[in-house]
Amino acid sequence: MEGKPVIDRAQKTVRPGETRARRSLYLQYMVEPFFYLSPAILLIGAVIMIPLIIGISYSFQSIELLKPFASGWIGFENYVDLWSDRKFWIAMENTLFWTFWSITFQFLLGLGLAMLLNTQFFGKKLFQALVFLPWAVPTFLSALTWAWLFNPVIGPLPHWLAALGILSEPYNILGDPELAMWGPITANIWFGVPFFAITLLAALQSIPGELYEAAEVDGATPWQTFTKITLPFLAPMIAITVMLRTIWIANFADLIFVMTGGGPANSTQILSTYIFTTAFRKLDFGYASTIAVALLVILLIYAVILLWLRKKLVKI
Amino acid sequence: MSAVKNPNPALIVGKYAALAFYLIFALFPLYWLLKIGLTPDALIYSEGTRLFPSEITFSNFTTVIFQTDFVAYFRNSLVVSLGAAFFTTLFAAGAGYAFSRFVFAGKRIIIALMLVTQMFPLLMIIAPIYKIVAELGLLNSLTSLIVVYTAFNIPFATFLMQSFFDGIPKDLEDAAMMDGCSRFQALCKVVFPLTLPGLGATLGFVFTAAWSELLFALMLISKNDAMTFPVGLLTFVSKFSVDWGQMMAAGVLALIPSCLFFIFIQRYLVQGLTSGAVKG
Repeated sequence: MEGKPVIDRAQKTVRPGETRARRSLYLQYMVEPFFYLSPAILLIGAVIMIPLIIGISYSFQSIELLKPFASGWIGFENYVDLWSDRKFWIAMENTLFWTFWSITFQFLLGLGLAMLLNTQFFGKKLFQALVFLPWAVPTFLSALTWAWLFNPVIGPLPHWLAALGILSEPYNILGDPELAMWGPITANIWFGVPFFAITLLAALQSIPGELYEAAEVDGATPWQTFTKITLPFLAPMIAITVMLRTIWIANFADLIFVMTGGGPANSTQILSTYIFTTAFRKLDFGYASTIAVALLVILLIYAVILLWLRKKLVKI
Repeated sequence: MSAVKNPNPALIVGKYAALAFYLIFALFPLYWLLKIGLTPDALIYSEGTRLFPSEITFSNFTTVIFQTDFVAYFRNSLVVSLGAAFFTTLFAAGAGYAFSRFVFAGKRIIIALMLVTQMFPLLMIIAPIYKIVAELGLLNSLTSLIVVYTAFNIPFATFLMQSFFDGIPKDLEDAAMMDGCSRFQALCKVVFPLTLPGLGATLGFVFTAAWSELLFALMLISKNDAMTFPVGLLTFVSKFSVDWGQMMAAGVLALIPSCLFFIFIQRYLVQGLTSGAVKG
């Protein structure tokens, strides 16, 4: 590097109060960030935000690709239909069932795995890589794999369940309206445990070790250490992860769509699969968007309640 | 707890039992996929539910590779996933860098908007996207998938990149800029080499996400020669629903790239999430 221009440059930016410097400051704070940001913003705007607004407007229109001449604005007609749509209410109930049991098992098993990974044992690195593997499996493939495992012709699960006395005979539970939902839920647990384990492990590792030493000196039992130290420290992380994951799982349609397609008799139809099948099979974009808006409103209400609860709990 | 000094033997047995449970739970389905893929067709019905096949064969794999369109699906998926991973990482690195290093007007709003995109059901925009893509004449093109996946993955990738940039001391660029580099040069020459693990993790994350996306691909692609792997496999499953061995062989093949990527980036991803989580 040559010496002189560098010094010039340094003086230019360093000297305060001068127009040059001020302009470069202005550039630095108003324009330069957008040089780095603009591709991301433009893409998100064009591919997510604008379609989102268009999508909301679709819910007030009749847009069926199979009936191109019947399209137009119809006000709240879609919403009136939705209110009296029995399938919608079934899907709502199923969404609650699916989300609740998926998140409960994912969380409990994820917490167990994180606590195991927080201890020392032989072959831990390999173990960690292997138990996190389900997370890398493409979701459509997890769905197919579990659908096959539940198939009595080539899968062992029905035979095992029958041997344990849970099923009267080895049949495919994905075809049984009473039990079908447990198929995708199992696949979802399998797929989601690593995520919880990773985030909770990170939180566990941030708990200061001295606390455990102090507890040990004071003669605390493992159960006491767990409830008095580990859980309180994990609580904020648990709250955030569970909230975000709940929303994500409620939206997650791939597993159910591939495993059961919402059947038999809509017993596994959740709101997001209902949106997809309405758009994809019936090509009824107006009604699909209406269900989507309803799902969005439900998720918003959920988030607001949760934030409110959190505020209240933090105060105490 | 690691701090327990005189461990109870029952606790130790319990711990190893738990380890074994997690390992079997995680690996058994994948083992089964491989097992049926390796079982000769003639034996599938007689010993489909046995734990070990009495004979193994690779004929299912060779049939899938040489006699079906799977190589084409594989190539399409590779193009889409690599394209999406490359552009996402590039744009997310820029955005993450801006979030990490600048204070500017509108920063909070942009971050909030990015968070919102993570919250609402993306399926909500499947209908508008379909119409827009159709009007642009881009149905059945891989380009449309690359653009859509890139946009979907930018928000998360941006936050990931930001946490990596936050871990790099600002002094390094300041020093480089003192020595006459522009900020952009400093970014390319000093900061990027240091964030290679972060870039790798982001690439891998987006690659796996794009590799496994099904619903948008199903909507936007209907021609056989533009199908990605998930769409192809699903079509295959509904068409030849009794060819178990071949379907599972195809499944195993679909698993390979994402597992390779995962093993490669696993360490960095845990590291990245850990440092991000600890800081947050």
